[in-house]
Amino acid sequence: MRIDTAPQRDPAWPGRVGWMLALLVLMWPLLVATEFRPWVLLDERSLGPTLGFLAAFVPPKLAPEFLALVGRETWRTVAIATAGITLALLIAVPMALLATRALSISALAGRMAALPFVLRQATRWALIVLRSVPELVWALIFVRVVGLGPTAGVLAIALTYGGMLGKVYGEILESGEHHAATTLLRNGSGRLQAFFYGLLPHSAAELTSYTIYRWECAIRSSVILGFVGAGGLGQELDNSMKMFAGGEVATMLLVFIALVALADRTSAWLRKALA
Amino acid sequence: MRVEFDALQARHPAARAEAPAALRGLDLRIGPGEQVAVIGPSGAGKTSLLQAAAIALRPSAGGLRLDGVDPWSVGSAQRQALRRRLFLAPQVPPLPPRQRVVTAVLAGGLPAMGLLASLRSLFYPGDIPAAHDALQRFDLGDKLFERVDRLSGGERQRVGLARALLAPATLWLIDEPLSSLDPVRTRQAIGALVQGARERRATLLATLHHVEMALAHFPRVIGLRDGVAAFDLPAAAVTREHLARLYAQHEDELTGAAPEAIAEEPALPPPVVMHCR
Repeated sequence: MRIDTAPQRDPAWPGRVGWMLALLVLMWPLLVATEFRPWVLLDERSLGPTLGFLAAFVPPKLAPEFLALVGRETWRTVAIATAGITLALLIAVPMALLATRALSISALAGRMAALPFVLRQATRWALIVLRSVPELVWALIFVRVVGLGPTAGVLAIALTYGGMLGKVYGEILESGEHHAATTLLRNGSGRLQAFFYGLLPHSAAELTSYTIYRWECAIRSSVILGFVGAGGLGQELDNSMKMFAGGEVATMLLVFIALVALADRTSAWLRKALA
Repeated sequence: MRVEFDALQARHPAARAEAPAALRGLDLRIGPGEQVAVIGPSGAGKTSLLQAAAIALRPSAGGLRLDGVDPWSVGSAQRQALRRRLFLAPQVPPLPPRQRVVTAVLAGGLPAMGLLASLRSLFYPGDIPAAHDALQRFDLGDKLFERVDRLSGGERQRVGLARALLAPATLWLIDEPLSSLDPVRTRQAIGALVQGARERRATLLATLHHVEMALAHFPRVIGLRDGVAAFDLPAAAVTREHLARLYAQHEDELTGAAPEAIAEEPALPPPVVMHCR
């Protein structure tokens, strides 16, 4: 059948409107539950203090002794992240080696034996527990144990990132090519020998690249940890916020932005060099 | 090493349950230092035979004894100790692409090395002369410090074979050593293998597609078909009729070239998703 006249209506239109309405109805309870009332921002009582605080951002504080302090704390932030990642490696590498199926000797012929299977599974669960507790919670715990300061931040990053790195290392090792490692194991090499001569050459670049990426994440998260008293730039930022010292906050935010951008660039460059 | 199969049956772990077993009651006696070629059409069970002998495939029935020891009735530590005394070269050379040839060859000696020595050898190759000598026998001496992914398929296969010369093994199990080699290289590679095994007094058990090569270089030839030995004879006693019967319905494999090794380049693994949660 030929259509002679142009259709008057888009046949898909009612369906589209219907879905939009349904979505709105579904969204409504969510908005209520999250107490989403953006007009509060424009309220006269909140607008005044907000604008006042923001106005204090200009000019950023550039006094030499304050800049020296910010510089020291920035360096401390980088140090917390780096030390945390290093400790995390001490957790992640052995556990990833324990967890990966690619290095199972009993799985060389058929199924893995019961005991190694249970051990591998238990290691996986331990890694899941380590990484599913947010570093913020670990930091709060360690601030109580070791007191305010960078140690709490380092330990918090070490535990959470140890779990994350261990899990992803295990996945990288298992997703790679096993043929070389399996053959070495079949010819009687030890597990670590098979790892260094068979698995590592395949996945070294990917493992390094992921570690560098995590280091960048750790720098960002160590700033946040500062807010709960784990030292570094975040702690100073928190102090200045509480004192409504807008100029100091502005300086530190700018430094923070520059730091994250720098870490981002460094990590991108390193990963590109490794690829 | 002495290898004994007693009515050995084995099936591939990934095979369907209703599929016939790869080895169906194979009897085999191979003495220390013997050199044996296994020929037969594809699907005859040649690779399964090597894997069963390499303690890589558990027999479903029947017995396997290596130097009088049943590897499946001893503990896992003892089994791994037995594995140290054998060398299995799979058809696809097990070489990591980013590794250097010298490291890949020296990896053959890992079972005889301690962990510290093997780590040191990663930083500075431990026995460069031995690696070079092994490669030289396969005419690859100039590739010593190349990276594996710069080599051709045939060169990789020969590097995989050169590894055997470094292994502390008294049983060599070589799967299709010649599948991606040209005729000249084929002759040279098989010569190097046979001679290397003889010098080390190692038992050599190799599967071959090249019937001529098997008959020319190996004193004893086993014809395998449907998981059982169709014949087991001195090379001189193998007649045309034997071969015709062995390769019935697979005549092209008897006369034609060897099939290419499968899956030369493994696919790259998918990148791991990166997220800061």
